[in-house]
Amino acid sequence: MISITALSLRPALAVLTTLIASGLIYVTGERVKANTREAITFVAAFINAALVYSMIPAVLAGKTIKLTVIEIVKGIGFAFNVDAAGMVFACVSATLWILTSLYSVGYMRGHGEKNQTGYFAAFAMCICAATGICFAGNLITFFIFFEALTIATYPLVVHYRDEEGTRSGRKYLAYTLISGQIMFAAIVIVYVCCGTLDFVPGGFIKPEDIPMPLMLILFFMMVGAGMVKAGVMPLHSWLPAAMVAPTPVSALLHAVAVVKAGAFATLRVVLYVFGPESAEYCHGADILAWMAVITILVSSLIAIRKDNLKARLAFSTIGQLSYIVLGICILSPSAAAGALYHIVAHAFMKITLFMAAGAIFVTTHKKNISEMVGIGKRMPVTMTAFAVASVGIAGFPFIVGFVSKANIIVGALEQGKPLFACTLIASALLALAYLMPVVYMAFKKDVTNPDFPCKAEASKPMLIPLVITAVIAVVLGVCPNFGLHLYDLACMAGNAIFGIGGSLL
Amino acid sequence: MRHLPVLIVLLPLVAAQLCLLISKIHYKAGRYTVLAAVTGSLVMSVMLLRQVIAEGSVHYYFGNYKVPIGIEFYVDTVNALILVLICLIGALTFMYTTPFARTTDKTLVGAANTMISLLITGMLGMTATGDVFNLYVFLEITSLSAYCLISLGGSRGIVAAFRYLLVGTVAATLYLIGVGILYGITGTLNMSDMAAILSKWGNEGAMLIAMCFLIAAFGTKMALFPFHGWQPSAYTHAEAGSRPLISGVMGKIPAYGLFRYMYCIYGTDYKYFRVFLIVLGILSVCSMLYGSIRAMAQTDIRKMLAYSSVAQMGYIILGFAIGTPLALCGAFLHMFGHAFMKGGLFFATGAIRHKFGTTKLEDFGRIYKAMPFTCGLLVVASLSMIGIPPTVGFFSKWYLAVGAAGTGEFIYIAVLVLSSLLNAIYFFKLIEKVFIQQKSAKTEALPAAEGPEVPLDMMIPIVVCFLAILLLGIFNAKIVDILMLAIKGVAL
Amino acid sequence: MMTTINAFLAYKGIYFLTFLLLALGLSGIIVCKNYMKKLICMNVMQVAVIFFFLCLGQKDGGTIPVAVEGLSAAADYINPLPHGLMLTAIVVSLGTTGVGLALLLRIKEKYGSIEEDKIIKREKKF
Repeated sequence: MISITALSLRPALAVLTTLIASGLIYVTGERVKANTREAITFVAAFINAALVYSMIPAVLAGKTIKLTVIEIVKGIGFAFNVDAAGMVFACVSATLWILTSLYSVGYMRGHGEKNQTGYFAAFAMCICAATGICFAGNLITFFIFFEALTIATYPLVVHYRDEEGTRSGRKYLAYTLISGQIMFAAIVIVYVCCGTLDFVPGGFIKPEDIPMPLMLILFFMMVGAGMVKAGVMPLHSWLPAAMVAPTPVSALLHAVAVVKAGAFATLRVVLYVFGPESAEYCHGADILAWMAVITILVSSLIAIRKDNLKARLAFSTIGQLSYIVLGICILSPSAAAGALYHIVAHAFMKITLFMAAGAIFVTTHKKNISEMVGIGKRMPVTMTAFAVASVGIAGFPFIVGFVSKANIIVGALEQGKPLFACTLIASALLALAYLMPVVYMAFKKDVTNPDFPCKAEASKPMLIPLVITAVIAVVLGVCPNFGLHLYDLACMAGNAIFGIGGSLL
Repeated sequence: MRHLPVLIVLLPLVAAQLCLLISKIHYKAGRYTVLAAVTGSLVMSVMLLRQVIAEGSVHYYFGNYKVPIGIEFYVDTVNALILVLICLIGALTFMYTTPFARTTDKTLVGAANTMISLLITGMLGMTATGDVFNLYVFLEITSLSAYCLISLGGSRGIVAAFRYLLVGTVAATLYLIGVGILYGITGTLNMSDMAAILSKWGNEGAMLIAMCFLIAAFGTKMALFPFHGWQPSAYTHAEAGSRPLISGVMGKIPAYGLFRYMYCIYGTDYKYFRVFLIVLGILSVCSMLYGSIRAMAQTDIRKMLAYSSVAQMGYIILGFAIGTPLALCGAFLHMFGHAFMKGGLFFATGAIRHKFGTTKLEDFGRIYKAMPFTCGLLVVASLSMIGIPPTVGFFSKWYLAVGAAGTGEFIYIAVLVLSSLLNAIYFFKLIEKVFIQQKSAKTEALPAAEGPEVPLDMMIPIVVCFLAILLLGIFNAKIVDILMLAIKGVAL
Repeated sequence: MMTTINAFLAYKGIYFLTFLLLALGLSGIIVCKNYMKKLICMNVMQVAVIFFFLCLGQKDGGTIPVAVEGLSAAADYINPLPHGLMLTAIVVSLGTTGVGLALLLRIKEKYGSIEEDKIIKREKKF
């Protein structure tokens, strides 16, 4: 047991706070006023963010914060290990929880939603699981929180307790549980072959440990769970189905928690369990990279054809997440850093887009793009934020999407895989193709839509978060290290994995 | 302190005799007597557990006759933990049965309580004993009490009880034949003595035949495929108050008996040991798959849970079939966990039946608003059955899988994964019904929909099971440590 | 050849008869449609096992295990232990049969018959 200091307790505290918040909301939700219940969420969100941010200086200095709580199975501990990669994801989820909570309040009240208690409780539980995933120090702890995330998001997906919700809930569960159990089998086999499950930057599986065909099978068994959650084709179909959920849920699921957890899982498995050496040796990284490429291109093409705004954004998410997967599989320090930073970038950009879509739905009840002609006149601020985020998704300079994309392209070129670089550039053009028409239609000057006579923006709780995220997207694009030094952290992680720069873990 | 093993078994036995008499005075008095006795046993079994952990296994010789002439009780860490489990679930069940007494007829209530007490005595004795014939006696005590309890469950219960009586007696008879063969070879009835003689002069062919009879006997008693036919109707129609005890614990003790025979009496050096492992492996795989598949098709929740028990017994036997120390620990951890999981599920469904009067799945719509804690238990127990961390079900699967991977039997891992997913299908069906489905007309109209969720007597077992599933999961490493003290010596 | 068969039958034949009785009982339980007959066959099974144990205790030239003046060697008395065990088994059999009969009485009360097919038909009504 490591001596417990206040420093090392923080990862456990962060997880604990969210867990307690979730329990509190569930138990007291029906009996207190709505504002009190929301207050619990906000207080927990701020405490969580404070705890997470406070650990940044230590991690930036090169230390990692370790904490083993209890021996969870014979021989392995329930361990937290806060390193650079986990910090990046944790900061994103902590920040976005505050903003999405504010937005949810506006959306739920504006829309008169039922089952709000269950919603906020499950929300808190998701963040707890996501934080646990970030800070997990070995595969078992990681798996525990990973499955917890599956269970916590199920109530969110079936929020509208109707036929469609139930069906998409079942689909979601089928995909995630099956891949989760297969990952479990893989973890067991890896444990028996290698004797350890601790995450090590650069991986702990050496090519000699496991014979070749088995290694490739294990690779895909483990990565499968991450692939499902990250929506890599052909395991992506739960994502569009899960969109029946209310928009804040989609925003959370598709921009923050679930899909990013899947991408993060892929990162951990490929680079911290298998490591670049083994991943390349068994060709798993190669195959996965090409699957990512296909996903990027196909999803962008599908997105162009969708009329429902949320559907279009969902397929855009699928594509963007595969950027991260591609960045991981290129197996170069810059690409890995870019992939990690894209978690940040995409989170802020996509959440702006989803929040805008939700704002539109609540104020005008429009779901399809074809009905949104001229909406810029009614909701100019919203649509400007939308435009900024769209351009960022495509990768324009000065918006955060450019930073991560550039890193991945540089990484691809470093490794001598120019085809991947071309894919990224092509997908940028496709992104413009499916997002700009929305902006164009919104701001069409010559058409006057009778539905949108005058300026009437969304309510403040919905408007403020989406403006903030759009602004952050621009600020981080200009100065990637602003505030939380996320870019530095991402680069640190990339270097640590590839053993460059004499890193201390 | 010296007499702990026998006192643990004696208290419920004495209380059983007294209960019928005392019930004549007041119909509740008998219940309190038994409850006090079982609680006393619980305290003593915990003390015994601590003694065994500290000092090693305990031998208690009846009448001071040394083995192999006398009968002994032999308690090591595995037994001791099971004794605690039986007493705990017994005490909980006693608390739980009160509201189910639909009659205040003194004889009837007294008789029911007596039967439950005898059931607990039988199980405790079967666990603690170190003599094979003694095991038969306690086995029959358990079975007879079970027949009676099941017959209290209404008209269909009587037929189910009679069928179970026939099947159970056949099983006990087969057990007796097995014991006879072994006695014929060794000339002794004491387990450790038998083990010593068999390892030196055992007649391997005869031992093989004896083992076949024993597997058939124990298999029938614990409802392993293909001997499980009696179980679904028996569990469904058992008296609602005793069902958690019967389904949660009664099936496990024969499994423990099988463990004793295979690993302690026969020992892993036995020539045909591998054959047993393969046979048990096949039976367990079939149980796991068959049980889950049949469970998916049920509409009555009690039948669904009964078939699910068949599958869960398969997990435990899988642990025995793999044979490595970790796998055995996983099997026993699953034994403990499943007692709380299945017991908990039956506690919950009994409470639902008590409040709403139905057990058909389609009537379960949205009952979580009226019964939040009960549904919380349903969710946690379901997740544990499926194998989601951090509930105990996940960890027992982990040990089983690690054990299987260690011996290279990947097929078992595949079956474990498949069975988890099959479990997920029907348990999520249950969760869907409870939380998502629209309210059934039946449940809305019932007057019992108001008022407290369930009486306090029922609430305590529900909360205890809920906590136990989570705590056993989180602290499973400690339990494995305790189990290892005994298992390391006998495992593969 | 006859001597081997004779010797075999003398020492092992009884066991075959015991198992034959067991098989008869078991098949009776499975085949009979009347519950009372099933119960009787169950008893037959249990008796078969009791015989099996008693045969284990037999010795050539031994007398019943009651002490006799002048005979003190163990080989002079048959093994009393199986007899003791079987007393227990008989009592268990008694108890089980008693419970079985009580259940049959109840079944007759509720279902009006103890034939299997009639019971299955009436069961559906409950």
